[in-house]
Amino acid sequence: MINPDAKLAENIFDKPDMASTREGFGKGVVEAGGLDERVVVLTADLAESTQAHHFQKAFPERFIQVGVAEQNLATVASGMANYGKIPFITSYAAFNPGRNWEQIRTTIALNNVPVIVCGMHAGVSVGPDGATHQALEDIALMRSIPRFTVISACDFEEGRKATLAAAKLGGPVYMRWGREKSPITTTVDTPFEIGKANILWSPEVKPPEVAIFATGSLVHNALLAARELERQEIAVTVTNVHTIKPLDDETIISLAREAGAVVSVEEHQVTGGLGSAIAEVLAREQPTPMEFVGMHDKFGQSGTSTELIEHYGMGVKSIVEAVKKVVGRKIQIK
Amino acid sequence: MAITDEEVKNIEAKALQIRKTIIEMLAEAKSGHTSGPLGMADIFAALYFHILKHDPKNPDWKDRDRLFLSNGHICPVRYATMAHAGYFPVEECMTLRKFGSRLQGHPERNILPGVETTSGPLGSGLSQSAGYAYAARMDEKNFRVFCAMSDGEQEEGNTWEGAMFAGKYRLTNLVGIMDRNNIQIDGNTEDIMPLEPLADKYRAFNWHVIEIDGHNIAQFIAACDEAKSIKEKPTLILAHTTPGKGIPTIENDYRWHGAPPGKGPTDKIPAESQKEIFLKELEENKI
Repeated sequence: MINPDAKLAENIFDKPDMASTREGFGKGVVEAGGLDERVVVLTADLAESTQAHHFQKAFPERFIQVGVAEQNLATVASGMANYGKIPFITSYAAFNPGRNWEQIRTTIALNNVPVIVCGMHAGVSVGPDGATHQALEDIALMRSIPRFTVISACDFEEGRKATLAAAKLGGPVYMRWGREKSPITTTVDTPFEIGKANILWSPEVKPPEVAIFATGSLVHNALLAARELERQEIAVTVTNVHTIKPLDDETIISLAREAGAVVSVEEHQVTGGLGSAIAEVLAREQPTPMEFVGMHDKFGQSGTSTELIEHYGMGVKSIVEAVKKVVGRKIQIK
Repeated sequence: MAITDEEVKNIEAKALQIRKTIIEMLAEAKSGHTSGPLGMADIFAALYFHILKHDPKNPDWKDRDRLFLSNGHICPVRYATMAHAGYFPVEECMTLRKFGSRLQGHPERNILPGVETTSGPLGSGLSQSAGYAYAARMDEKNFRVFCAMSDGEQEEGNTWEGAMFAGKYRLTNLVGIMDRNNIQIDGNTEDIMPLEPLADKYRAFNWHVIEIDGHNIAQFIAACDEAKSIKEKPTLILAHTTPGKGIPTIENDYRWHGAPPGKGPTDKIPAESQKEIFLKELEENKI
């Protein structure tokens, strides 16, 4: 059942409201700009796609267009943050951090200045643009850099809150955003704290057999899978891991120990993403059989968001299968 | 800010001291770059002993002029100049590149006060300086932002992205200083990847360009003054320098770009005598 403390939207299983996570950024960054005049937004010729245009309209004097130059985007922002501004830098994740990773590492992380790197259009759900624009490696790139906080919001509302929190953090942050409209799962009242995973679903009666950890808009698919599994009398927990770094080790270890099996769900390569981060913690603290739902060492292609999510094994059916598979492995181990 | 002959002589004397410290610290470190730091010693001496508004006892003074060093590998000249200017004792220069030292092989902002940014990977300093200058102008600050960079890093795309940005936004509070010494690790710049016409390239990017002899302190100071009067554009001081300046044995020899005394080419001077002979040549060839 849905965890009542999560204060989720009432219509998540029945025609949920839809908006993209990047729209949550667009709204949140205008609010952040109103709260703190040090906030500036830079874009590399993608004001509308990144939703930075809302900030451009609200605070034109604090909006900076750098042209199609992602290395410049990162380094100009480094200079501005070094001075004392709080820059959000916006482009597609394939280029930011895809193209400017070294500049981010040296001039933002090593310099330790509070730049918030926003990678939009992440994952295969970008759809028709095809593999070149479907960033599936960005979490791995960013979580390996010391000092970076890495956030992947599950919906519009969480994206808005995460943007406000990132502006206040005072250090380098990577935020991952999706292009497509996706269900708005959380509400204004849903708790959000950087580094604190949220349990969204727990079994009503039986103890959980599997702990599902999901990030980004696939959190909604994980909830749909949990409901289906409940019908099949397989009890699971679903946890929204919006902060991939620092990972909420305590919650993850505790849920993995309780269930004895884990499934990770992310729209990212399974190497280096959320699943890897969880596996690193569990291998050390609580060795647990695990299955990884995500991209398995492949590039995407053109198609609709739904077609691609299904084709590459990140749909509800694939999550259900992964849960059953890991339950089987748990029995084998016993 | 006219300068007297006596003031020039004082700065030249500082530059000699800085060069000697560079040789000593590199020999002690047994690694690091020799040619570039020696070639920029006159300009760094002029910056720290005449141009920059700064306070060695208060490196974070908020109204100081900012000096970004884009080509971090020539940091021995910055460290040596800062030490002679009073930021820290000259003896600390001998910790260069050693474990636990504040004088990292490439400079780090959070480790040594007075270092404005972490640098080493080439081509990113001009954009950072431009971003800094842009932010300072937003807040109507009056300090100047200087960016020292190499000619080799003009081969990096990021440099030109920064140049375009600074030109577009007419960052008159930004002054680029290019060390045009014509060498890079693998050879002479015009063999590796021809850069000319550099002055015309920057002019085409909407910069004001002043070409100078990078060892003529009066010329450099005059160029910094001229930059102040340019109100529509950022200024590039294109400083023609001699790599290894002050030590005739190694001047203009690209093989000394990345070698320290004691570890450089031995066809002219045996390794074990390099440090002493270099110090002797510096004294004999002082301006």
